[in-house]
Formats: sequence, C-alpha cells, structure tokens
Amino acid sequence: MATDIIKVENLEKHFGELQVLKDVSLNVKPKEVVVIFGRSGSGKSTLLRCLNFLEYPTGGCIEVDGTRLEYGHPTRARRDAIRQIRMKAGMVFQEFNLFPHLTVMENLIEAPVTVRGESKKEATERGKELLDKVGLSEKADQYPIRLSGGQKQRVAIARALNMRPKIMLFDEPTSALDPELIGEVLAVMKKLAEEGMTMMVVSHEMGFAREVADRMCFFDDGVILEEGPPDQMIRDAQHERTKRFLEAVL
Amino acid sequence: MAEARATLGGLGKPKEARAPGLSYQWRKTISYAAIAVVLIGVFIFFQFDTDFMMLWFPYIGRGVVYTLILSFGGMALAIPLALLGALGRLSRSAVLNSISAFYVSFFRGTPLLVQVFFIYYAFPQLAFRPGVPGFLEPVLVLDIIFAGILALGLNYGAYMTEIFRSGIQSIGHGQVEAAHALAMSPRQTTRRIVLPQALRVIIPPTGNDFIAMLKDSSLVGVAGSVTELFNRAQTTGRAEVHPFETLAIAALVYWALTGVFTFFQNKLERRVARGHFREQVHGH
Repeated sequence: MATDIIKVENLEKHFGELQVLKDVSLNVKPKEVVVIFGRSGSGKSTLLRCLNFLEYPTGGCIEVDGTRLEYGHPTRARRDAIRQIRMKAGMVFQEFNLFPHLTVMENLIEAPVTVRGESKKEATERGKELLDKVGLSEKADQYPIRLSGGQKQRVAIARALNMRPKIMLFDEPTSALDPELIGEVLAVMKKLAEEGMTMMVVSHEMGFAREVADRMCFFDDGVILEEGPPDQMIRDAQHERTKRFLEAVL
Repeated sequence: MAEARATLGGLGKPKEARAPGLSYQWRKTISYAAIAVVLIGVFIFFQFDTDFMMLWFPYIGRGVVYTLILSFGGMALAIPLALLGALGRLSRSAVLNSISAFYVSFFRGTPLLVQVFFIYYAFPQLAFRPGVPGFLEPVLVLDIIFAGILALGLNYGAYMTEIFRSGIQSIGHGQVEAAHALAMSPRQTTRRIVLPQALRVIIPPTGNDFIAMLKDSSLVGVAGSVTELFNRAQTTGRAEVHPFETLAIAALVYWALTGVFTFFQNKLERRVARGHFREQVHGH
C-alpha cells in the first residue's frame, strides 16, 4: 500500500487551560475517506483546523503529502511549510465562507491567481470544468448572495478544488444547510471520493459515512476513542460512549 | 389639522387614501416655494444688494479652486493615515497599537483650528531656535496651503481611523479563515479579501467626512492668506463693507459643492455595494 498522505503524530492543542486535543495520532492513506464524528466540543473540528494550521497545535507533528511540520512558533521556514500544506489541503467550512464581493467564478480563481500565480485564463478554464462538475455552470457570473445554501457549499467545494489540492478537509459541510439541500452537497462529495480524492470529513451524516467512508473515527474528549470501517462501527461499536452517541444520531 | 395628525402618526409619507386634496409631493413643492418666498421677502426687506453679489460672485466663486485643493489634498493624506492608523489599532504589536491610539486621541482631542495654527504659526518658531539644524527649516516652515493640507489630513485621518477600523472589523473572521485556508498570505488576505469588503462599510462615512472637510477647509482661510472661498468672502466683505452679501455668496457655493459631492457619493456607494444586495444584481 502507498505511504500515508496524512500523518498526525501525538497532536495536542490547548486553548489556555483547556486541552482540546490530547495526543491524537492518525494516518490517512491516499484515496482514503475518513469520517470523523463525535459530540460538539470533542475536538474533531479542531483536529481538522490544526491540519492546515488555522489553529496552531501546541504539541505534536503534522505531515501532509511529504511536508512535515512540528508544532512551534511561526518562523519564516515554518510559515513556508504552512503555505505548502495549505496549498495541498483544500478546506470546506460549515458556513461556506464564500467571498461575497466576488462572483462565483472570481471566487474560484482568486487563490489560483494570487497564490499560485496562474493566469486568469488558465484558472478560469479549470474553474469552468469544476463548476460543471458541481452542476453550477450557469451561476459563474452570479454573486454568492443569489445562491441557495446548497449551491454556496458546492461553489465552496469547487473553489477549494481549483487550487488542485491533494487532500480535502470538510468541516461539518452540511450542518448549516436546510435538510432538503444536504443531498446535493453529499452527492458532490461522493463523486469526489469516487474520483479518488483523499478526504477527511467531520460530519454526522451516517448514511454518507456508511456509503462513502473507508474508515470512521469517533472523537471523544480530545482523543480518538475508537475507529474502524463504517459497517463495523455503526453495527458493532466497542465503547459504550460510541454506542450511545450512534443511537442518538442514527 | 387632519394632515398634521396623519403625518405624525404615519411616520414619513402618508398613504394616498388619506389625502383628499393635493398629493404629498405637491404639498412638499408648495412648502419649498413658501420657504423661498419668505427668504426673498427677508432679502428685499433688508435691501439685499444683488448687483453687488453679481459683481463679486466670480471672484469669490473662484475661491472654490483653493477649497478643492485643500480638501482633495487633505483627503489624499487622511485616507492613507486612516488606513495605517486602523491597521495599527488592529495589530497585535503593542508599539504600533500605542502609536495609533496616541495619534487618534491627540488629533481628535484638539480643535482643528488649533492644529492649523500650530502647524502654520508655531512650527516656524521652532525652526529658528538655537541648535535646531537648518535642514529642518523647510519641514517646519510651511506655506499656508501645505500647512492647511497637513492639518486637515492629520485631523481627518484621526477621525477616519475609527471608520476604517470598524469597517475592517465588520468583516467576519470566516472570510479571513477561508482566505488563509486557500494559502493566501496575511497581506493578500487583507488586500484582496478584507479591504474590498470593508470599503463598502467605509465609503459612506468617508464621503460624509470629505463633505465636512470641504466646509472645514474654511478654517485654513482663517489662519492664513490662502484665497479659498471663505477667505475671499471675508476679505472682500470687510473691504467693501458688504459682509452679508459676500458671506452669502460663500455659503451658497459651499452648499452647492456639498450638493454635487453628495450626488457623487451616492453613486459611488451604490457601485461598491454590488454583490451585497439582491436588488443590485437584478437591476431593480
């Protein structure tokens, strides 16, 4: 099997006195889809946000596609590594966070042009393909305010993909959506998984997890309490806390 | 009586059904006409010298050139100062934060007129104190136009620092995170994501400040002999013993200026609002 594309070693995160991540280690193989679930406040979002350094870990080490970074103060070399990792890791947020002053296409090409130095033409070409993939070709010139929540999230996915990331991080991508809009976003994510994208997904969509995930991780109080294939996890969780949580969300 | 009651209760434009006679718009037009008639009556009663006004209007009116030089110059200085001030206020550096806080506090805490006099009258005195090196002289001894622009810019920059700061802070942290997650640097994030959005919040009050500065530029004309609107009105009014007429000319020109710039400000405001209101996209 190929070497791990994501390595998390002994990761710790403190917010002042509060320790949100306690010695978390996790490896993800290329093309693997990992769904992380657990109570709010269990640290699952923080783990994702530490992976691309939106939060700075207070201990441990992260490696994404060969770029390795220990925790510590942001020196120049470390900032370069963070930038490398962020270029390799696309992120999708619960609240979409599209740029409201830019049209859909401008949202898609902003980072490829300013960060990667691509030409607008090149970035737009790829942007068109991506909008087509998420089924929103006709929205290219609209401003985000004109889109529904589900459409916004699909644009957000296309925006992240236009940076040609190696992995995709989804932080509760459907939690802010009306129930009838969740399906269209999950469909796009499923398609992405089928194309072989490595994905880490914080989500409580158990149907999606069962269908798409290779592995599920149950987060509890800052540690990965339990992990395994979705079928096994959902039917036959080992820990009492996992079982109780699954009963509540299923 | 019925109309008065309806206006009080109805908040703004009353409903059509209530007005048996003239429409609201008509009654407004008639009110404006009445105000004009009263004013003209007053002018006639006090023997307002319109011939004198016509004669001096071109000279005083040309003072607009200096008014605009002072105001545009002041604004050109105030905007970068406000941006730096705001970034300083928002920075985590204690040094930058203190400098910015001091700047805002001092220039908002002292009158603009005092600042103009300081820069124009008091600084030159320093240049000739013993031991002060000669190369400082051109910095300390300023022409009234430069002194005026400097004072207006520093003063308005301090007020506008707060406008810029609140504009920048109004942009949600999610926007910054999204930009960072896309590997944009802090500088790129500020320049490409935060500032363009903050502009929408910043432009309306900045337009107001520019219009206020048009009027405050008259204080520069008090301090020195820059022949802007007020200065011309004041000096000719005194020399010709017609201050009422000359000041009326200046007042009318200031009024017209603010009208023109308010119009442009509204246009600009609508332009930067794109993407934020559904109507804008529809073109309603």
